[in-house]
Amino acid sequence: MREPIAPRRRAHRIRLLGIALLAAAGVSLAAVAPAMAATPSPTPTPTNTVVQSATITAVPQCTVDPALGCVAGTLNDGNGNGVKGVTISMSDAGSDAASTVTNAEGHFAFKVSQNGLYTLTLKTSTLPSGVKAAVTQRKVQAVVGALRAAFFELSGSFKGSKATTSTVPTTFIGTAGQLAAQGLLLGLLLALASIGLSLIYGTTGLSNFAHAEQVTLGGFMAYSFGTVLGLPFILAALAAVVVGAASGYLQDRFIWGPLRKRGLGLTQLMVVTIGLSFAAEYVFQYFYGSQVQSVSSGVQLNTGPLNITPAAYWSMLVSIVVLVLVGLALQRTRIGRAARAVSDNRALAAASGIDVDRVIRLVWTVAMGLAALSGALYALVYGGIQWSTGVQILLLLFAAVTLGGLGTAFGALVGSIVIGLVVQLSTLFLSNNVKYATALFILILVLVFRPQGILGRKERVG
Amino acid sequence: MPETTDWSSETYDFDRAALRAKLRDVPQEPGSAKPQPILTVDNVVRRFGGMTAVEVEHLEVQRGAITALIGPNGAGKTTFFNLITGFDRPSSAKSRFGGGQGPFATWRFQGESLGATSAFRVARTGMVRTFQLTKALSAMTVMDNMLLGAKDQPGEHMLAALARPLWRKREAEIREKATDLLARFKLDTKAKDYAGSLSGGQRKLLEMARALMSDPAMIMLDEPMAGVNPALTQSLLGHIQDLRDQGTSVLFVEHDMHMVRHISDWVVVMAEGRIVAEGPPEHVMQHQAVVDAYLGSHHDQDLGDDSVLDEDFAAAVADEDAERAEEKA
Amino acid sequence: MNFLYTLFQDGGAAIISSTTAAFALAAIGLNVHFGYTGLVNIGQAGFMLLGAYGFAIVVEQGGGILLGVLAGLAAAAVFALILGIPTLRLRGDYLAIVTIAAAEIIRIVGGDQSLAPLTGGVAGIPNAKYSDQFIALSPFPKAGLFTFGPWTYPYSAGNSWWLSLVGWALALLAALVVFLLFRSPWGRAIKGIREDEDAVRSLGKNVFAYKMQSLVLGGVIGALGGIVFVLGASVQPDALGRTTTFLLYTVLLLGGAATVLGPILGSFLYFIFVVWLQDVVAQFVPSTVMNSSQIPQFTYILVGAGLMLLVIFRPQGILGNKKELSFGA
Repeated sequence: MREPIAPRRRAHRIRLLGIALLAAAGVSLAAVAPAMAATPSPTPTPTNTVVQSATITAVPQCTVDPALGCVAGTLNDGNGNGVKGVTISMSDAGSDAASTVTNAEGHFAFKVSQNGLYTLTLKTSTLPSGVKAAVTQRKVQAVVGALRAAFFELSGSFKGSKATTSTVPTTFIGTAGQLAAQGLLLGLLLALASIGLSLIYGTTGLSNFAHAEQVTLGGFMAYSFGTVLGLPFILAALAAVVVGAASGYLQDRFIWGPLRKRGLGLTQLMVVTIGLSFAAEYVFQYFYGSQVQSVSSGVQLNTGPLNITPAAYWSMLVSIVVLVLVGLALQRTRIGRAARAVSDNRALAAASGIDVDRVIRLVWTVAMGLAALSGALYALVYGGIQWSTGVQILLLLFAAVTLGGLGTAFGALVGSIVIGLVVQLSTLFLSNNVKYATALFILILVLVFRPQGILGRKERVG
Repeated sequence: MPETTDWSSETYDFDRAALRAKLRDVPQEPGSAKPQPILTVDNVVRRFGGMTAVEVEHLEVQRGAITALIGPNGAGKTTFFNLITGFDRPSSAKSRFGGGQGPFATWRFQGESLGATSAFRVARTGMVRTFQLTKALSAMTVMDNMLLGAKDQPGEHMLAALARPLWRKREAEIREKATDLLARFKLDTKAKDYAGSLSGGQRKLLEMARALMSDPAMIMLDEPMAGVNPALTQSLLGHIQDLRDQGTSVLFVEHDMHMVRHISDWVVVMAEGRIVAEGPPEHVMQHQAVVDAYLGSHHDQDLGDDSVLDEDFAAAVADEDAERAEEKA
Repeated sequence: MNFLYTLFQDGGAAIISSTTAAFALAAIGLNVHFGYTGLVNIGQAGFMLLGAYGFAIVVEQGGGILLGVLAGLAAAAVFALILGIPTLRLRGDYLAIVTIAAAEIIRIVGGDQSLAPLTGGVAGIPNAKYSDQFIALSPFPKAGLFTFGPWTYPYSAGNSWWLSLVGWALALLAALVVFLLFRSPWGRAIKGIREDEDAVRSLGKNVFAYKMQSLVLGGVIGALGGIVFVLGASVQPDALGRTTTFLLYTVLLLGGAATVLGPILGSFLYFIFVVWLQDVVAQFVPSTVMNSSQIPQFTYILVGAGLMLLVIFRPQGILGNKKELSFGA
């Protein structure tokens, strides 16, 4: 019989238990002698596991071996130059901690002997003047036998730092231009996902809150096929699109189609999408963990007139081509026109002989394929994919779709570009974290002054 | 124009013959002036995209009369209804931020200006509407539907709601009134049933009864006969005439002229968003504009032939015609 | 036998827990929104978080516990107004979009390092900084443990009997307020709005004001839940994110939306389910199949799937009445 445990401690206990189990696994793998030191824990632990202290050591360079895991990173300022002399400390959930100072290249490294979630903290006061850190604390899942990177995004530059990668001068206009390029990129990626969201809304009246998870799914498929299976990114992205589209088809075949037939109300359906989004997020965490999974290999430098990475150029190009194709399909093809007709007036479309269910199934399939493509490109451009990547842009998607006019495909495109630009450009004046608030602010303004959106039509009442 | 009209019940034409006599002198043309207009509408325009759905320059509705608003499908009747009841906003409404071009939409009900009034305020001035597709609240009981129609219930304020003594007395009053009204509409046995279990016709009756809970000066019925079992239309028509006789002016929308002919005192005909004719029911059908309007959209529809009605209804109509002849005599 | 005793003990602990009471409170607030009024608020955790921040920051700055609670509730009320004004006149989807976004933003901004002096950034505000005055109010001994059956907790400090008592008293009080409100004419109007707001508008009720009152009331109850939650934990923005809102929906729909006791029952069942699932997995599933860090994830996957199935197959939950189904076609 165990002694009673107060509920507040329960979460803590689970976390400890998790670390303990991870640690145990790591220990047996590495054949390191067990029980080095017991964590002073106020809570009792099950007898079949042993809680161990994770040993953290600061090292100049870390080389991975089967018994050691590395957590390392490089601090670069806005110009891409290493920032030296910054204190970084790392701690585990217990009491173990170590700290180090970045070297001349801005590099720092820790080695750990246990798997687990570690917290890295950047001491702001040691940053040279002119350099700012957006985030000063970061959690890293370290794994014995592997190198885990820890990034701290810095902005600004220290005295004497030369622009090495950027040909654009760091004037206000220059920064604005660069942010605009990034905004356009973000807008195009958003557009890929939001067109589907808008089409689904148009044809079924449903606001799909699980749409963001389809973006995440695309990213994870790109990771699985690319990084894990080793396919080239292009093939991995194609595979992601196929899986995404298939998931869209299956969803409509087995969930949304039957529910439409059952006559579920839209509010009910909306809650179903919320449940689906919730389940999907944790399915991702279950299989991929909660850390960022890297999709692109190697570091790319910013080049060209827009000062973005080559991958970003390719992503923009692919987005534009796909968006143009979707637009042409909607305008020119029979099924595209049918989709627009259903969107316009479902009853009328059905009456004029259009197979509404078939159109809706196709819309789901295409929309989810596009969302997956968006996710794959997003993961490529922004370096990785995480279970929460999708939900982070969910607001942006809805803001884009509302701004353009719910239900209009072209509106979603315009809305996405505007939102992408505004969100990125807002970082000129606001902290990086607040940029999503800008999107919410726009959303609220649109709702107050033009709820039908830029391109939407005012609905008839009664 | 100063408001001098007396809206008290003493000036209401309970005598229908007298009312009809007054209306006989009204010119039979669109926008004609009425002796006692309860509702006056000016410059109400509504556009959807490039299409103009409603464009009414002037309309007066006589107090105490049953006025029918008819016209072929798509004439803009329901849109017009939505506009004057505050459920839609005229394109010609005065902009919230000033600017725009006049003439702006204005309308007066019992002397109160309703230019840009939200739907609930319109209802509070005493102009209560029903809907073409009945909006009975199906997951609530018939009685709760009725109680919701009452006004001046202090318990509808959030804080007062917490203390039952503050609203118990009023609740008893309105419950009694609801019971009476339900009895009048032969729904008393259904009081405890969910409104969702009622038939289409019963829902129409419930909606009408519910609207009467607030003692409106005018009730606006949007296609009260639509979707109703033909056997019930007769009793529905009877109820509408009762409303008038008990002091509620009636404006109702209908696209079928036959229904209108035998209960209305005045008919307004709309086509393509405009009012094309007005007049007493026995004359208005002969207007060339009306014939054009209907023929333009329904080539196969016969305008005055009673044989399209089912037998029961035809008999009822015959009875009424006889009654009316007696009244005139 | 030993295992069954563990289940009994853990199940009881889940019911006593102030966290369960906090969830019940927040779910009661969500019930006012979603269950009774039909407002799809997907940001209830944001209301909780605001309540928690308002309370903890004011108390930490020396404002006193009463002022702290008032500040937390006021913050939630203002939040409701800001979100409600642009959205409550529009289709329900917009409220859903705006609430989920705004709640996320509160979480992100609360965790922003620039606000660290006030909010403590990602790390949040530790319990000790704001709980002293609450502990001081306890009528029980300030230190020591009290054992009731198999359950042992501190009298007053931390996750104490005192906190559980206060949490559950507040939850019952909130349930009483909801009971009083929704048997009143105010509640009748709210239920009418949930079903068809145009119908209620046509009866002269200010639908926007009703919805706003509901949004504020539910948000304030949610904020109260947030305060109880952080009295048993620390103020951490990431602990009150979307996951919490989704869990609240599950709690509400499990117990029965639009019922007085549904949120409380749902909260009991949900937390019992969570601990039992952990117990069962710990007992019977080898860690090679599912490691302990995957248990919460597995639980949430089940919760998400359970939420979908509930909405589809038993939308009225355990206590609800199918005929009064609060949301649906």
